Amino acid sequence: MAAAPADFDPRERSGGDPLEIPPLACGAMAGSKPYVASAAQQKALGFPGALVEDWHDKAIARLGELVNNSRALRVYLDSCVKCGACTDKCHYFLGTGDPKNMPVARQDLLRKVYRRHFTLAGKYLPWLVGAEDLTKEALDDWYSYFHQCSQCRRCSVYCPYGIDTAEISMAARDIMDTIGLGQKYSNEIIGKVFSIGNNLGLPPKALKATLAGLEEDIEAETGVAVRLPLDEKGADILVVTPSADFFASPHMEGLIGYAKVLHEAGVSWTLSSHASEAANFAMFVGSQDAMRKIAMRIREAAETLGVKRLVIGECGHAWRVAYSFLDTLAGPFDFLDRNYPVPQHICEFTYDLMQQGKLRFDKSKNDEFRLTFHDSCNVARASRMGDEPGGQFTIPRAILRAACNHFFDMAPETTHENTLCCGGGGGLLTDELMDLRAKGAQPRMRALREVADEHGVTHMAAICAICKAQFSKVLPLYGFDREAIVSVHQMVSNAIVLTGSTQAEEFEAKQKSALQEA
Amino acid sequence: MRTAIFALAFYGAALVLLSGLGARIRRYATTPAPLKIPTTPAPLTRGGVALRMAKEVVLFHSLFKANKWIWLFGWIFHAALAVVLLRHLRYFAEPVPTLVALVQPFGILAGLAMAAGLVALWGRRLTVPRIRYISGPSDHLMLLLLVAIAASGLTMKFVAHTDVVAVKAFFLGLLYLDWRPLPDDPALLVHLSLVLTLMIVFPFSKLLHAPGVFFSPSRNQADNSRERRYAPVPRKA
Repeated sequence: MAAAPADFDPRERSGGDPLEIPPLACGAMAGSKPYVASAAQQKALGFPGALVEDWHDKAIARLGELVNNSRALRVYLDSCVKCGACTDKCHYFLGTGDPKNMPVARQDLLRKVYRRHFTLAGKYLPWLVGAEDLTKEALDDWYSYFHQCSQCRRCSVYCPYGIDTAEISMAARDIMDTIGLGQKYSNEIIGKVFSIGNNLGLPPKALKATLAGLEEDIEAETGVAVRLPLDEKGADILVVTPSADFFASPHMEGLIGYAKVLHEAGVSWTLSSHASEAANFAMFVGSQDAMRKIAMRIREAAETLGVKRLVIGECGHAWRVAYSFLDTLAGPFDFLDRNYPVPQHICEFTYDLMQQGKLRFDKSKNDEFRLTFHDSCNVARASRMGDEPGGQFTIPRAILRAACNHFFDMAPETTHENTLCCGGGGGLLTDELMDLRAKGAQPRMRALREVADEHGVTHMAAICAICKAQFSKVLPLYGFDREAIVSVHQMVSNAIVLTGSTQAEEFEAKQKSALQEA
Repeated sequence: MRTAIFALAFYGAALVLLSGLGARIRRYATTPAPLKIPTTPAPLTRGGVALRMAKEVVLFHSLFKANKWIWLFGWIFHAALAVVLLRHLRYFAEPVPTLVALVQPFGILAGLAMAAGLVALWGRRLTVPRIRYISGPSDHLMLLLLVAIAASGLTMKFVAHTDVVAVKAFFLGLLYLDWRPLPDDPALLVHLSLVLTLMIVFPFSKLLHAPGVFFSPSRNQADNSRERRYAPVPRKA
């Protein structure tokens, strides 16, 4: 299950139309299943430790509760007309050809059970309307295929009724958790946030040491004492970022970029060890209680530290939870300064400073990068930046164009709201799903191949911790460099000219000589 | 006897249609939407949402982005159905409203377009492997039902005329509780029986997409979660 099977060589499939529709390969991915959560991991979240005796009845009862409490779920389960508009829209279908990865077919795994138990036609004429019982085999299919949905919402863009498969896969995972069949990867991580405060399980001490190390690195590079404060009471801004930013590459380079921007802005800011995680994997498993519990940590940190503003780092689903859900789950945030957006994305923060002319960039520092931008699903299709619809597309690109000389967009049918998932979102970023992740990345990798061939693009920037981690793994499979994925604020970090830095002297001298030449 | 059966059937079917649909719509309206989930980019205001919804319902905007063939056939079918329904209002109103009178000349064309759109959609359902895979018996039967309604209706125009004056008298009689005889005409009786079936099936089938689209949170919510706190249920302490 862990390694890609012999018949799948990504390099052979790295060229061609990103959206090429594969022939149907029935059952091709039936064996793809993530590890099941242990009893301890389940219990930490308040779920049964193993599949319960009366799982069938419990599952149906839970489904009933969910449709009674989610208009989206009820309307989506009722409204599908099987028109076929979504059938070629899922990156996992495009990469695997398994028809159960077509959004409508994935929905139908749950819809057939809903029809059987909650609709008149399904109760009395099940054969007519495709209503079926939740058998053990059907449950196996649920576990396989609802863990082959990255909840990226691409299908919902094209559905004439806006049916969002993410809502349905969240519900299915919630039901499976409720009967004791949880997914190890997501539930283990949620447990870590409950007990330690972040996905990676980094204790405050390790966090402090990491930040001190980064401060030293920045000072060595620039000659400027840029701080990365932790738990500083009375700071104006609380920055909450995915914990990968404290640990992995290219995430950390992005964090350095935030620190430089915040320093140059002259604001007082702090990170929090209590809210040392922007990610909220509870969304992936559809648990609103767990999602609220994690969101509350951000509120608690903001209150304890007495900050006035809240800024969120580069993370796709975290931005969705922060932008769309945080105020509902943990608000109202009356104690924050309402002159600023609550919350604000780090890209919005940087972009505002750019607009005010407060940032200087030496673009030549990024000349080795010929860049493109990968729109992360949850930012693109479930949130916004700025004051206009679509700001989530224009603002990160404006930042990249300000920091780099060479920027090229990928094909329009693969960017903006049409963007393709990296293949690792929605709680699937786990090693045992590597085969699925590699195949799901195929459409994006092909789109990247096109701009690499056409414009010599060498690097792809992203604003999502999951995208960055996923691409670091799959880029080499498709013949790209592992480090071809970069953070947006990594580009900012490379090019920003900090006041009083060694780079500033060099930059000013360059500008002077350019003026004299002119 | 025939008149009584059809009269009672129409009362019954209308009751099922209206109460079934009413109950479903009430369900949609009263089921909570706990979180803000518009598919973005989304309009920032209620007015913008109304415009987005109008584009979806009138032009099938999302479907257009998804697949030009499905959009073309689907839109032709629905637009033609709207004209046909409007045209049929003349059987239920005396005097005939101006708008209904105006669409009369387009009715036959619309009837043909409706049948053509349905057949084209069915053709895709049968020949495109992806769509064939997701199609169940009810999906084919629904198309069969609609095609048969269109065909039996067109039969009365092109093959065996029916006494439309008597048909109108029958329906006005139903409305005013003053029953008039229904002509004994096979094409008509088939047509009406199929329509009765459709009315009864409507609230229990995928035809619920008609009210459903208006309640779809990904389409009917404004993207304003930072500007206005969304709090459908109070936060648990």
